[in-house]
Amino acid sequence: MTSVDTTTNAGQLLAAASGGRRRRGDRVFSRTAVVAAVTILALLAGVAIFLVLEGFPAFTHSAAELPEGKDFLDYVAPLAFGTVLAAALAALVAVPLAVAVALFITHIAPPRIALTLGYLVDLLAAIPSIIYGLWGIFVLGPAAVPVMKWLEEKLGFVPFFQGPASVTGRTMLVAGLVLAVMILPIVSAVAREAFAQTPRRLQEGAQALGATRWEMIRMTVLPFGKSSVISGAMLGLGRALGETMAVTIILSVSGAVTFNLISQANPSTIAANIALDFPESSGLAINALIATGLVLFAITLVTNMGARAIIARSNQE
Amino acid sequence: MESASHPVHAGSVLKLDRGTGSLPGWATWAVLGGSAAVVATILLATGAFTVALTLVFGTMLSAIVLYAWSRAVEGPRRAMDRTMTLWIAAAFGLAMIPLFSLVFEVAKRGIPGLSAEFFTSDARGVVGGGGAAHAIVGTLVITAVATVISVPIGIMAAIYLNEYGTGRLRRALTFFVDVMTGIPSIVAGLFAYALFELFFGPGIRLGVMGSVALSVLMIPIVIRSAEEVLKIVPNHLREAAYALGTPKWKVIARIVLPTAFAGLITGVMIAIARIVGETAPLLVTTGVVDSMNTDPFNGRMQNLAVYAYNEYRSPGVMKQASYDKAWAAALTLIAIVMILNVAARLVYRRYKTEIR
Repeated sequence: MTSVDTTTNAGQLLAAASGGRRRRGDRVFSRTAVVAAVTILALLAGVAIFLVLEGFPAFTHSAAELPEGKDFLDYVAPLAFGTVLAAALAALVAVPLAVAVALFITHIAPPRIALTLGYLVDLLAAIPSIIYGLWGIFVLGPAAVPVMKWLEEKLGFVPFFQGPASVTGRTMLVAGLVLAVMILPIVSAVAREAFAQTPRRLQEGAQALGATRWEMIRMTVLPFGKSSVISGAMLGLGRALGETMAVTIILSVSGAVTFNLISQANPSTIAANIALDFPESSGLAINALIATGLVLFAITLVTNMGARAIIARSNQE
Repeated sequence: MESASHPVHAGSVLKLDRGTGSLPGWATWAVLGGSAAVVATILLATGAFTVALTLVFGTMLSAIVLYAWSRAVEGPRRAMDRTMTLWIAAAFGLAMIPLFSLVFEVAKRGIPGLSAEFFTSDARGVVGGGGAAHAIVGTLVITAVATVISVPIGIMAAIYLNEYGTGRLRRALTFFVDVMTGIPSIVAGLFAYALFELFFGPGIRLGVMGSVALSVLMIPIVIRSAEEVLKIVPNHLREAAYALGTPKWKVIARIVLPTAFAGLITGVMIAIARIVGETAPLLVTTGVVDSMNTDPFNGRMQNLAVYAYNEYRSPGVMKQASYDKAWAAALTLIAIVMILNVAARLVYRRYKTEIR
């Protein structure tokens, strides 16, 4: 980073020395670049401002005028609960798998095919979410029905698997699993980059002392990549929090606030609720939905900024 | 297959010098095959045979057998190494199953819905039948407008970051571009709706609104990738041009951008691939419509992703025909995304050889 800066400055000096004057083309070009930069900041500010403007009426109007006749906070709370539950479930499943995938690609697979494998994982990230939704409802859901029935029978005493098990597969568990598949490539991309950058001298040192490959990974690669894995997990969590279509399609919602993952009655998520209700809403209901969008924006913003802060800190070290 | 599990017993019984020997090269594969065969036999005997269960229990049994065998012959540390390697590989395999299942299912279920009609006619006034031509055209128009908005802003911002930027504006931009990559797509859609509602009144639905929403998602992707390729343009090229007295804007326009050109194209293609299948932001901005509309500034506009969602959600009287069309739209989308990704990779590969 710094090297680029200094040479650019040197370049400017050189250009100034050779030309002696700032040319018009230079002025136009550099101003366009600054305008583009400012436009983007304005755009982001615009996102926040317009959501606040349009969402504001939902905060000021009385409960009777809002959808479902509830206070805004009572309206958004179960949705926020569902959002966090689905995302947490996804992260719980995806993060260990993503770490394993990253380890496999960087340290276990033969280097010849590792690149191709990495590319295959990246392809998972390129598939549109609507297709994950269709796959979840038509393929994974039905396939999960017997598993969920088994969970209800054998592990019904655990609150998560209380049941009654859904017969359609439109449950929080399936939605969480699909979200896990969707965020796995994001988490694993971050982890992969960190694992691949583990200093060679550490790895070779460990192996020279007689460590097996697993011991080398445990003692050098994993500690080195720890903060990256955490930030990758938070980035994935952010994506899962805001993911809309897969949840909209898969989850059968009832507004219930429950940890029961395998039943037909599930809490909705903020994003899915918007996608389901927005097309048929008007008036204050729209404002309420936009206000929930603002809440979602705030939640993902905090998550992502946390992840970026961890990345920035580990880069400094 | 049965015989493959014999070495397991032979090894653990005969090798008494614990922790010094080593397993033969085929040991892992033999244990895997043997375990799978044993599990399959048991499952068949109990009548509960499925491929999934065989894989799950086969992997578990393999891990146990491999650990025991290796511990007996090679000692606990090597045994741990082998078991963890097996687990990691199994986890990778598990993670790959959805990709293959998804591509396979989309192809299998999508092909019946593909027909000449699907690509050539819209669905205006047809019950159950009709095609998706309006959705395909809508996808192209919405994506094209989003690209026209995002690419100039994104590339100029990347030029700013890499060539001009200093101080607080640069730091702020770097940070907020990161923040922008995390904006949920539905929130981008709500933003576009809120923006246009202010000017055109409630209930407004336009193709260009979708493009604005998609731009919010696309711009950070373009900036990130453009910044990466601008960074790797060798500095000696810039310095040589400066030494000849070339003004800075000309250095950027004539030296930096052409050198990075293929890389920029790759980045744009990846960015398009990322937004072309977006559904949620379009659901709240472009609306749902059955007829062809090529004007993004006038009226509702259909697109493939929303079309697929809608055919699934409101299948109407001919349920299976609608589902077929939903899958056909999904297949078309996945084909577009894959083609863009592969093409981007090919462009990038050529580019990498050029820069040396």
